[in-house]
Amino acid sequence: MRANKPMLSPIRLHKDLSAIWDTRPGLQRLASVNHTTLGKRFIVTAIVFFAIGGGLAMLIRAQLATSQSAFMEAGLYAQIFTMHGTVMMFLFAIPLFEGFAIYLLPKLVGARDFAFPRLTAYSYWCYLFGGSMLIVGMLAGVAPDSGWFMYTPLSSRTYMPGINADLWLLGITFVEISAICTAVEIAVSVLKVRAPGMSLDRMPIFAWYMLIVAFMMLVGFPPLILGSILLEVERAFDLPFFDPKRGGDPLLWQHLFWLFGHPEVYIIFLPAAGLVSTFLPVFAGRPLAGYIAVVIAVIAMGFLSFGLWVHHMYATGIPHLGLSFFAAASVLVAVPTAVQIFAWIATLAHGTPRFSLPMLYVFGMFFVFVIGGLTGVMLAIVPFNLQAHDTHFVVAHLHYVLIGGFVLPMIGAAYYWLPHITGRRPSRVMSNIGFWTIFAGFNVTFLAMHLTGLKGMPRRVHTYLPEYGWEALNFLSSFGSFIMAIGFAIAALDLLLIVRFAPRSTRNPWKAATLEWAMPIPPPSYNFASLPKIFRRADTLEPSTMAAELAGGMGYLAFTRNGQMETLGVEMVGGNTEQVIVLPRQTYLPLITAATTGVFFLLMLFKFYWLALVAIPLVVICFLFWTRDTGLRADVGPVPIGHGIVAPYHSESADAPSSWAMAFTLVADAMLYASLLFGGLFLWASAPNWPPAELPALGVVLPIGVVAAALAAMASGILALRNVGGAVSIPALALCAACHAIALACLFTLAVTGIPSFTQHALSAVIMVVIIYLAAHHAMGVVFALFGVARMISGKVSARRTLDLRIGNQWHLYTAGANFIGVLFMVGLIAIAGTGAAP
Amino acid sequence: MFPMFAAAGVSGCSGDLSTLSPAGPVAGSIATLWWVMAAGAALIFLIVMVLFLLVWLRPNFGRSFSQRAWILGGGLAFPIPLLVPLLVYSFQQGEILLHIGGPTETPVRIEARARMWQWEFIYLDEDTAPSTVGVLHIPAGALVKVTATSEDVIHSFWVPRLSGKVDAIPGHRARVRFLANTPNTYRGACAEFCGSGHAGMLFSVQVHKPEDYARLIKAARDTSLRASLAQVHP
Ligand code: HEM
Ligand SMILES: [Cu+2]
Ligand SMILES: [Cu+2]
Repeated sequence: MRANKPMLSPIRLHKDLSAIWDTRPGLQRLASVNHTTLGKRFIVTAIVFFAIGGGLAMLIRAQLATSQSAFMEAGLYAQIFTMHGTVMMFLFAIPLFEGFAIYLLPKLVGARDFAFPRLTAYSYWCYLFGGSMLIVGMLAGVAPDSGWFMYTPLSSRTYMPGINADLWLLGITFVEISAICTAVEIAVSVLKVRAPGMSLDRMPIFAWYMLIVAFMMLVGFPPLILGSILLEVERAFDLPFFDPKRGGDPLLWQHLFWLFGHPEVYIIFLPAAGLVSTFLPVFAGRPLAGYIAVVIAVIAMGFLSFGLWVHHMYATGIPHLGLSFFAAASVLVAVPTAVQIFAWIATLAHGTPRFSLPMLYVFGMFFVFVIGGLTGVMLAIVPFNLQAHDTHFVVAHLHYVLIGGFVLPMIGAAYYWLPHITGRRPSRVMSNIGFWTIFAGFNVTFLAMHLTGLKGMPRRVHTYLPEYGWEALNFLSSFGSFIMAIGFAIAALDLLLIVRFAPRSTRNPWKAATLEWAMPIPPPSYNFASLPKIFRRADTLEPSTMAAELAGGMGYLAFTRNGQMETLGVEMVGGNTEQVIVLPRQTYLPLITAATTGVFFLLMLFKFYWLALVAIPLVVICFLFWTRDTGLRADVGPVPIGHGIVAPYHSESADAPSSWAMAFTLVADAMLYASLLFGGLFLWASAPNWPPAELPALGVVLPIGVVAAALAAMASGILALRNVGGAVSIPALALCAACHAIALACLFTLAVTGIPSFTQHALSAVIMVVIIYLAAHHAMGVVFALFGVARMISGKVSARRTLDLRIGNQWHLYTAGANFIGVLFMVGLIAIAGTGAAP
Repeated sequence: MFPMFAAAGVSGCSGDLSTLSPAGPVAGSIATLWWVMAAGAALIFLIVMVLFLLVWLRPNFGRSFSQRAWILGGGLAFPIPLLVPLLVYSFQQGEILLHIGGPTETPVRIEARARMWQWEFIYLDEDTAPSTVGVLHIPAGALVKVTATSEDVIHSFWVPRLSGKVDAIPGHRARVRFLANTPNTYRGACAEFCGSGHAGMLFSVQVHKPEDYARLIKAARDTSLRASLAQVHP
């Protein structure tokens, strides 16, 4: 241990840290787990997908430029617009902001990396593989073709027998796994892995945005994942969730989709807004006005965005009073948005604004996004919506929001952080031309399109007749879109030239006051040679002086220890130093695990269902390998971090990041489950053809057996933890595994004996899925329990090092709760369905 | 199918699908709503942009209000008084449009039955429930209630010059009420993507003088009709 040695020279420190943290060259790049590297990969990959999506947009515009165009026929056009929407939303927008967050967040909060670097890598590979599946499918001519929201029954097997829809459901779910992983990563890291002294109220504002966005992702994505699973199960095994003839309901899909889809828009907008809130103050020359107001506004947007989804479904015949509630919520979301916008104006008003390229894009954002917001309010108004819905008015609106609220500010952010990423300085002339070309082209394309919509042009039509009077407007839109494409090309070329040839930038070229500039640029793999102590709000710092101090080793952890990657973990709210987090080294495991996950999805896609079933345990085994080199074999006690301070390793800490990761994963899991239960109740309340001819009969013994076994598993888990180190501990965990196995057996028997054919009615189908959900949790319960046993045997668990057992217990506890609720739900649903008294 | 109806093809002038040239009170009031909102939105947009440029170019102006005043003023005081009346008004408007004709007036009841990719209209008021395909006949000046449903995927019934749309969802029956002022032919379209025939899933609405409509309906009760009905519902 070098901890107590005198301070190292900056050069020496740099060499030592680089040796540990650097991504290795050549093929070993595939083993990288570094957030800077992975952030850049996310960004570049997302830009490639943007180019693909943009190319598709050009094809759309080429088709619509004239009436009765013979360029594409209907089927091809359907693939093109579906892929355009899908690529832009899932493969461009979400991953792009994830890339920025991954690249920036640890630097902004003064950490060397995220809490789970391997998870970031896994998330990247899932994204890449899932996205590639879709693109390869498109090139093979089997792209999904029922629109980016995949309404059933159009996307059901009856009407789309090919693999097109499966490609969407499986590919997107694969990408969603990536998003969920990133969300867990961001939430835990922002809360736990910051510089000492950075209490929540000192966090840079972007960390707040991303924290809230991460929670929104954890809550918002599971409904879509569940919907995709149900639809895929319906397509593959004929369980009728969405088939009205057998007690299903197409509207269930719409609810699940938009329960995700609307928050999604805010999930895309908020990170971009967060980046603007980070760099706009720099050019205003003063800190962000209304920090607290902005945090409250963002939280309010987060909540409200979950109460708006029905405004995509006004025309489905929901009672007007119900619609009015959603209309009110939709309109009111304009208020926190306005708070956000006026906080920027206030910042500028009290500063001395400097003009620069990123600010040009902020101007563009204001102009475009405000229009998009205003047409959004219009669309929230029920009577108007019934006219404008599903027309090109909506297409125009959504592009004003997405390009104004996301693309433009992200390009601004790219210019702003480019010196950081590349160490080079942006030029002027070409960048300005790029902006104005995009801006002009955009408005020509989409302003006219509002009118096209009001003149009655439905969206997603591949052709129209000249006498409708849409031709001139469409031609204008197509013309504008080619201008815009040229603009994007100029901006892309400009960015490329900067990356390649621009002169070196000085450190902190914009005179920013945030931590990411307190390091050399481009940044070293370990970010900070030593970690800062924060005394003020982290957007009022002096990075230039700090950079020298930190590089000189004047902060914490100014040394290397046992070749470990170390960073500090803090107490969540107050930001006091709490633990030394030892991060995993470079490894191929994320790549291998993601590839195995991909094999599962491919097997599903090509309908090798039995083999796919085998792939699942393989994925679990891959993940088990991740734990091989985590944890300590003996108690170490607190270790020094410099300045005479000591802190325990995270595996000895009472509040390690991984148990928070488990908690947040369970939040997403619970949302998935809640969506499923909601789905069952929704079908009972609203679907036609209820009750079924034959009800499932669960009996009494088995349901009670399941709950009892689940509770026993939980209790023995607790017992094992209480007794850690004692003789009872290992047998108690073995008992825990056995109880899970018993529950599994009960559920299996229940499924085989209690349920009449589950393809005949949605009720049986829902009960079946609940049973499978619970069974999967028990199976994992067995894994967790046996894993605990293995860790105890290998000496990685002691009275001080209980992390593995605590994480297992979180699982056992959740599983017990889920069983209890699940059994109540199943018995209850069958009972109310039996009375036949659906409202 | 009514023999004489079948002859009526889809015809019309330009602007046939335009929500901005309404031909009935429902579409009319929505068009008005649009113009009011568009004017308001233009004004708000101008205000925001002018403020943005002012604080940018005239720093002294910006500093004459505190930051708090900017945020509370711009974030709360500015939007709320505009949004709340808009909501109340639109709710009222929605209620009026939904119940247009009031509880007393009995509407002409039509079922719009969608399938890939055509519309069949069933005249529910007649006990023989005659139907037409691709053309909807209604009397001028009378309240019409269309109930939309589908035999396969989701479609959406939309006659832009007369009223907003309503989705035709299998297993569901959603309704829309509207009036057409004068005899004429209007075009309707399917607004929800429904597969490769979506763009071509058009229909027309022929609005007749009430006495002509009565005559048509009477003719529809002819026996010839039953034969053709058998075709439609095998
Ligand atoms: C690069 C310039 C772009 C152009 C010219 C463009 C053009 C279009 C057009 C014409 C449509 C309507 C297709 C139809 O309904 O027939 C459309 C749909 C759509 N666009 Fe774009 N778009 C662009 C960029 C974007 C971006 C950046 C995003 C998202 C971040 C996006 C998201 C969507 C979505 C979600 C749809 C709906 C697809 C569907 O109906 O399934 N677009 N786009
Ligand atoms: Cu249709
Ligand atoms: Cu259609």
